[in-house]
Amino acid sequence: MSQQPAHHDNNHGEEPNFYRAKRGIMSWLFTVDHKRLGVMYLASVLLFFLVAGILAIFLRTELLTPAADYVSASTYNQLFTLHGAIMVFLFIIPATPGALGNIFLPLMLGAKDVAFPRLNLLSFWVYSVAAVMLLCTLLLGGLDTGWTFYTPYSTSTGTAAGLAALGVFVAGFSSILTGLNFVVTVHRMRAPGQTWDRLPLFVWAIYATAVIQILATPVLAITVLLVFIERFLGIGIFDPAMGGDPVLFQHFFWFYSHPAVYIMILPGFGIISEMITVHSRKHIFGYKAIALSSVAIAVISFVVWGHHLFVSGQSEVAGIVFSFLTFAVAVPTAIKVFSWVATLYGGSIVYNTPMWYALMFLWTFTIGGLTGVYLAVIAVDVHLHDTYFVVAHFHYVMMGGLVVAFIGGLFHWWPKITGRFYNEALGKLSALLVFIGFNVTFGTQFFLGHQGMPRRYFAYLPEYEAMHRISTYGSWILAAGLFCALFGLLAAFSKNAKKAGNNPWNAMSLEWQTQSPPIEHNFHETPHVTGSPYDFPEIDKSGGVHH
Amino acid sequence: MSTAHTDAHGGEHNPHLAHHFDTMEQQAGAAKLGMWLFLATEILMFSGLFLAYFVIRMFYPEMVLGAHEHLNKFAGGLNTVVLLVSSWTMAMAVRSAQVGKPNNQADIAKIKAFLAMTFACGGIFMVVKYFEYSAKFAHGMLPGKFYTAHLHGYDIPGLPHIFFGIYFVMTGLHGVHVLVGMALMVWIYLRAVRGDFSRQNYAGVENLGLYWHIVDLVWIFLFPLLYLVK
Repeated sequence: MSQQPAHHDNNHGEEPNFYRAKRGIMSWLFTVDHKRLGVMYLASVLLFFLVAGILAIFLRTELLTPAADYVSASTYNQLFTLHGAIMVFLFIIPATPGALGNIFLPLMLGAKDVAFPRLNLLSFWVYSVAAVMLLCTLLLGGLDTGWTFYTPYSTSTGTAAGLAALGVFVAGFSSILTGLNFVVTVHRMRAPGQTWDRLPLFVWAIYATAVIQILATPVLAITVLLVFIERFLGIGIFDPAMGGDPVLFQHFFWFYSHPAVYIMILPGFGIISEMITVHSRKHIFGYKAIALSSVAIAVISFVVWGHHLFVSGQSEVAGIVFSFLTFAVAVPTAIKVFSWVATLYGGSIVYNTPMWYALMFLWTFTIGGLTGVYLAVIAVDVHLHDTYFVVAHFHYVMMGGLVVAFIGGLFHWWPKITGRFYNEALGKLSALLVFIGFNVTFGTQFFLGHQGMPRRYFAYLPEYEAMHRISTYGSWILAAGLFCALFGLLAAFSKNAKKAGNNPWNAMSLEWQTQSPPIEHNFHETPHVTGSPYDFPEIDKSGGVHH
Repeated sequence: MSTAHTDAHGGEHNPHLAHHFDTMEQQAGAAKLGMWLFLATEILMFSGLFLAYFVIRMFYPEMVLGAHEHLNKFAGGLNTVVLLVSSWTMAMAVRSAQVGKPNNQADIAKIKAFLAMTFACGGIFMVVKYFEYSAKFAHGMLPGKFYTAHLHGYDIPGLPHIFFGIYFVMTGLHGVHVLVGMALMVWIYLRAVRGDFSRQNYAGVENLGLYWHIVDLVWIFLFPLLYLVK
């Protein structure tokens, strides 16, 4: 059990929270407070989620009928490229570490701040510069390479692929700096008594994520830098016409971008672990298994990139090895899912919005994960490669996994971030609409892909029309659900929103043991940790029968 | 960590201790761990280029052998010696800080002198590199589509423009790292002048040293792979 000395609860009630501690726009733009940086990240990533989401609605609306309706082929290419690039590099990768990680990692460790607060500020500004660079491609000829920048097309297209490559390079720096900061923070800034087996599982997940960010992102950096140099100096390393090797680019790119998939999803696992245990009032099942499986996934993620190259002329032996290694990812992932379900079993489940999102995650993420095993089978992949099956698979993992967990996490921690409660009815309605809309949109695409509909086409054969229509209608429901979530969260700012108090969920981890919203230096006194963050007071530890 | 909980504002307070750390040991440990992680990212970034180099060499072994003859082995060797010497002076700068007494002018002067020597070595390296690059430009041995050595009377078999592409990217990126290192040296030098460093606080010099050694180490691999292939 971890707590502050009780006599401090009343003495410091007057100290202003971190929003009110300083005033003026400069106190935000040049802040080194991890909570303010986290809030700025949150606003930024949500903005880019909205922008890229609107692009997705354009895409789906174009696909409503088989004919070319509203946009030209090249506009469509630019729409899906920007949708992918913004979602991946400006939303999903920075979302959980940048926003929730920044706000809560130091709080969960009982620290006053991250290890390098100024580096943290730099990371945010570098991210902002990258965002401006990627958005500037819109004004400078657009970008039509797909978010993967495959050569030789990306080195020869007339669109602004050079600027976009540099933008990704810069975004990578931000990612590396954040990851480095978090690893050092976890190693050096833990409160007295907080041993590694007393860390909240969100911290373990962020830690594993940060390790991947540090080890994988430099390879992406050199890859996109080479694409940039190739465009302007024509060095020929990736250009077959000059004797270079385009498959080398694919190896480089996926050596980063497959681990990057786990940069995106691992923090989601951490959020789910927190939500499931707190809202079912039960100690997490298999603490060590969940913690170490995050690390195991991080390690395995580095040796599976070749499954993106099954049809790129990779040797058969390499293909078989990569196929088997990819199966191996399913093991630690399944350990997590089983542990979450076992945690729920026999728990006092509270059906609030965070729990609804957590349950939705178990459904959608499991489908996403299992179809991944499907695609890892070489023979199946050759058939399904570059079809909507792949599109559906990674949306089930990214959107059904991370985005669902992220929104659930926002509801879970909203009382701590804002000091007030969100609107429960709107929250639940959003969960319901997102669940229906998401499955209608992307569930249909499994069947589309299975019947041979290729990805990235803006017009298609008439036999696919019915399913494309269903998918498009689903995307509108999904969008409505996401707006409900936004309004449900914003309801906390209305005058009659209920005050949350310090610890509305009666959770045991340290972020709940301070004021809501927290004071500028997080804690009045460094907390001492004496037990697991999941030992809820009402748990009967006698080992006897459940009451 | 269990003893880390002391009131940072009471008792002896080191002016170099940031507010969010409890002790100087914790602060220095964090700084050093951060630098090691950063060095890991540097190694991974260069390893991408080394991999590209090996792929090119595997595709075109004859061409790489032919093209590398046109690199100046003497200049490369000289630069290797210069960087090795600079690693020693850098290590001495770190050592001087580690044993230096606070506010002792003689100790500060030693740190400053060794930093200045390291900076000079970096400068020599860049000057040698400048003359090497100039010679390559003059003979048209340029990367990719700018390659014109055949018009200057050089007949290198195969696709030498790729070799010079990877040569310029690898040595160019390494050169940028040398320049960054020299800029950091100026900053650490100015802090040394201010009397920041002594055995109570030397993480800044030590981290600069770690960075400089990795820059040297990358060159130690670049030199044989590019200049001494045969």
